[in-house]
Amino acid sequence: MSSVAKTSPAVQSKHIVFWTGWIFFTLVLAALLASSSDLPWKHAFLLAAILSGIAQVSAQSSFVSCRIAPLTRTPLWRLFATHIAAAVLLTFFWVKVGSIVVVEFDAHESWRGVAKIYQDKTSLLHAAGVFFYLLCVAFNYALIAQTSSREAQARALESSLRARDAELSALKAQINPHFLYNSLNSISALTSIDPVRARDMCVLLADFLRMTLGLGEKALIPLQTELDLLDKYCAIEKVRFGDRLYLEEQIQDDARQCLLPPLLLQPLVENAVVHGIAQMTEGGRIRLQAIRSNGRITLTVENTWDPEAGPSRRNGVGLKNVQRRLEARYGKEAQLEAKAEDDLFRVSMGFPAETEAPAS
Amino acid sequence: MNAPTQKWKALIVDDEELARKLLREMLTQHPEIEVAAECANGMEAVKATAEHKPDLLFLDVQMPKLTGFDVLELIDPAGVSIIFVTAYDQFAMKAFEVHAVDYLLKPFSRDRFEAALQRAKNQKGHKPADPIALSATARPTGQFLERIVVKDGTRVTLIPVTKLDYAEALDDYVSLVTDGKKHLKQQTISGLEASLDPALFVRIHRSYLVNLERVTRIEPYGKDSRVAILSNGVKLPVSRAGYARLKSLLDDRA
Repeated sequence: MSSVAKTSPAVQSKHIVFWTGWIFFTLVLAALLASSSDLPWKHAFLLAAILSGIAQVSAQSSFVSCRIAPLTRTPLWRLFATHIAAAVLLTFFWVKVGSIVVVEFDAHESWRGVAKIYQDKTSLLHAAGVFFYLLCVAFNYALIAQTSSREAQARALESSLRARDAELSALKAQINPHFLYNSLNSISALTSIDPVRARDMCVLLADFLRMTLGLGEKALIPLQTELDLLDKYCAIEKVRFGDRLYLEEQIQDDARQCLLPPLLLQPLVENAVVHGIAQMTEGGRIRLQAIRSNGRITLTVENTWDPEAGPSRRNGVGLKNVQRRLEARYGKEAQLEAKAEDDLFRVSMGFPAETEAPAS
Repeated sequence: MNAPTQKWKALIVDDEELARKLLREMLTQHPEIEVAAECANGMEAVKATAEHKPDLLFLDVQMPKLTGFDVLELIDPAGVSIIFVTAYDQFAMKAFEVHAVDYLLKPFSRDRFEAALQRAKNQKGHKPADPIALSATARPTGQFLERIVVKDGTRVTLIPVTKLDYAEALDDYVSLVTDGKKHLKQQTISGLEASLDPALFVRIHRSYLVNLERVTRIEPYGKDSRVAILSNGVKLPVSRAGYARLKSLLDDRA
């Protein structure tokens, strides 16, 4: 976008089209009027310029009729009918208006006889009018095709950018920076107290990050893979919280191979740690449960929490994200429930059990 | 009461054992500083501060029950230099700088640790920052208090704001009334008002801040004033300005 030009590129190109069309048709008409007649070239040019100017009205209306009848979405017969009818109608009017102008000219001494010449050339003028109109139609279609392909390109670029943004923010949401800072602080402490554990912690953290980033790209993973990730996550948090974190798993064996969107449970377990375990002086318990029955799988993340720790902010981003992803994947088949009762907070979800990736 | 060559007393407050160990280890290089106690939560910190009267307090922000900010409100700040230790940089670090306390962002280097220690030493003897003002500025903006911490003698009480019926100004103190019990806290009523959600608490009078949920009706009282009657029958005076505020708030709700 130029900051110097006052007019937009679209308006500029419209001006160019208008003036080129006008000059071109003036030349055609002048040649037509001057050939095999007594009309001097000077007069022929002047008259042609005026007639061409009037013809620009039909050029402009060709633009409108091209918009009304898009090339790709209009049946061929209607395309022809529309434009031929418009061409004939507009040309008829154009020649009529032209004849009124010519009669005015004919009244002058030097222009005497011009009406007669115009009369003789009426059929030729009709042909030229129709030809000019159809030329305009062709030109307009070309112009529309060009802009729409440019728009399509811009749209494709924009949507790919938006998709990447969404992916990035999803990843950002998955890896809580404070989890990283606290883990790094634990490593910092361990380097002198217990170097072997420091190294173990580095490996755990690297494994966790690698898995998280890798899983984010997949559409579906087996529950077992998600559980492996959670084991890593909890092992890292156990270094921070020690005995305050107790993890309990109740996983049905035939549920382990069920498929689910990746990182569905991880944000819930992280919530359980941040809002449950971390808020309790004596620590608490997280219970993971997976049950497969009647073609459905039910996953539950339950944790102890301190109701006195102030109103819970559990309806946070994590839970909403899980809900959105479940709905996107399973629609009405998905079910999600979050409930706080006494000292337990429970999120449970259910969706159809699938065991192998559907052919894409 | 001790000899002038006495050691500096430090308290380490963090709910993570490793984080405490790290600070203790870094302090071993400073024989002039003695770690008087390690505390795993805010309650212990409040108790230990009263008991040991430390010169230096390493204070984690995110802890169960009482946060580092809560602890700050409950201790006697005279003579204590406070260094916050946290992984959360959004706790308006500017506030700490303005009030001349330092902070350490986890994980931190030894150099950064030494710099914080040096700052604390340089400030020794300066006037302590007003802990309530500090904790108010340090709180993320746009976030209202969810609970109020009060210390009655050595007992710490947490009052969820939803349980607070009303607050009454008493000179430099506010009396917080909940379930018929009164708790005194050293704070101005305007300070309290500013930290509470204005959609829930209304200043109906120069000396009274009321929980809107508790107000059952407003009755005329005398020829030019009104009283608010709470659900438990308590009557509170309503000033003319207070009535206007109450009315506009109720109109907004309707």
